[in-house]
This record gives sequence, structure tokens and C-alpha cells, in this order.
Amino acid sequence: MEITTLHYLVVAAALFIVGTIGVLTRRNVVIILMSIELILNAVNLNLVAFSRLYGLHGQVFSIFVITDAAAEAAVGLGILIAFFRNKETVNADEIDLLKF
Amino acid sequence: MNPVATPFFFYGLSAIAVLSAIAVIMRRNPVHSAIALIFTLLSLAGLYLMLYAPFVAGVQIILYVGGIVVLFLFVIMLINIDRMQREYQFNKQWLVGLLAAAVLGALFVAVYVKGQSIFPHNAVRFPEYRVLRLWRSRPYII
Repeated sequence: MEITTLHYLVVAAALFIVGTIGVLTRRNVVIILMSIELILNAVNLNLVAFSRLYGLHGQVFSIFVITDAAAEAAVGLGILIAFFRNKETVNADEIDLLKF
Repeated sequence: MNPVATPFFFYGLSAIAVLSAIAVIMRRNPVHSAIALIFTLLSLAGLYLMLYAPFVAGVQIILYVGGIVVLFLFVIMLINIDRMQREYQFNKQWLVGLLAAAVLGALFVAVYVKGQSIFPHNAVRFPEYRVLRLWRSRPYII
């Protein structure tokens, strides 16, 4: 039994589904951000698996995706700290200041 | 030099990655989620090594495990986790969210089962090692 590219794609799809469930169902904003990291990692696994077949462009793009994930985590956690200083909670259901 | 026991390592690393990803979204304590996220990222770095992407694996370990997860742990330290561990962990529309994720998973399964001809079926190639011999020096393998 040889490991093909499709095996890696199935693992990446499973990670993507798990991350989607985390984003859509959890209330804690920290864990929602961690689930976003899981989704970005699934995308990275797809890119690197295809770069095995089609050249190194996928690996280069996965470096860009990692950089984007770092920036997004920094901004998201900064927003979270600012929100926690105002309302003393990190519950996503209570972030409803713009709700009419 | 062919690698040994490739399916064993692939299935082991994939199982660790997916199970600790499930632990990330299921744990009540965010610190446990961050630890499980570390295990997911490390096993994904192992999968990158199996795909002959050592630079991406190194960047994954240095940037993710050494940077982003540490950032998460600092933020968990700054916020108050005692109160949020006591309250309910899932939001009001969790059933709809689970249904949407199930539909997305069904879409993935349908694409992977019915559209197998569009996916490449060849096994992952081994890179051809080229021997670089500089002038009057030892041969380097790149």
C-alpha cells in the first residue's frame, strides 16, 4: 500500500472539517482562533502535497500562508485583549455591540 | 535510499494530527487546547518532512510552535479562564453549525469519491538526489 497524494488530501479535509466545526460551534474566542489555525494548516498540507507533484510553488505559498496566520493571530488576540478589558468576557455570544 | 515504513509513519502522524485537532475543539480548558494544538502542528511538520519539504517543516515548528502557540498561551494567561470554564462551552447556534460542517464534509466525500479521476493517483515521488562536485572538493549531495 503506497501513500498517494490523495491520502494527504483526505487528512487535510479531515483537519478542515474539524476546524470548521470549532469555528461554528464554540463560544470561546481563543478556541475559535485556534480553529482558524487548524483550517490554515489544512490548506498548508494541501499546498505542500501538491507541490510534491507540480514543483516548488506550493511550498513558497505555504510560507506566505504561515506568515498570514501569524499576523492574523496577533491581530485577533490583540482585539480579544482589548475586548476583555472592556467587558470582562471572551464569550462570542456576548460580542453584540453592533447588533440592532 | 528509499524511506522505510512510510505507511506506518503516515497513518501514525495523521492519526495524531486529527485526534489532537479534535481535542483542540473539545477541551474545556483553553490551555489543554493549546497543548493539543502543539501536537497537531508537530505531527503536521512530520507530514511535511514525509513530503520532502524540510524547510516548510522547520518554519512550521519555529513559527507556529515557537511563536503563535506561545502567543496563544500568553493571551490565555491574561484573560480569566476560571469563569469561562464554568459556563456552557457551545454557542446558541451550535446545531446549525454542526449541520453546515456535516454538509461540507459530505461535499468533500462526494468530491473525493465521485471525482477521483481529477486527482493525481501516482505515489509521492522521491526527489532525485544530484551530486554536486565543486572543483577539487568533496561531492555534495543536494
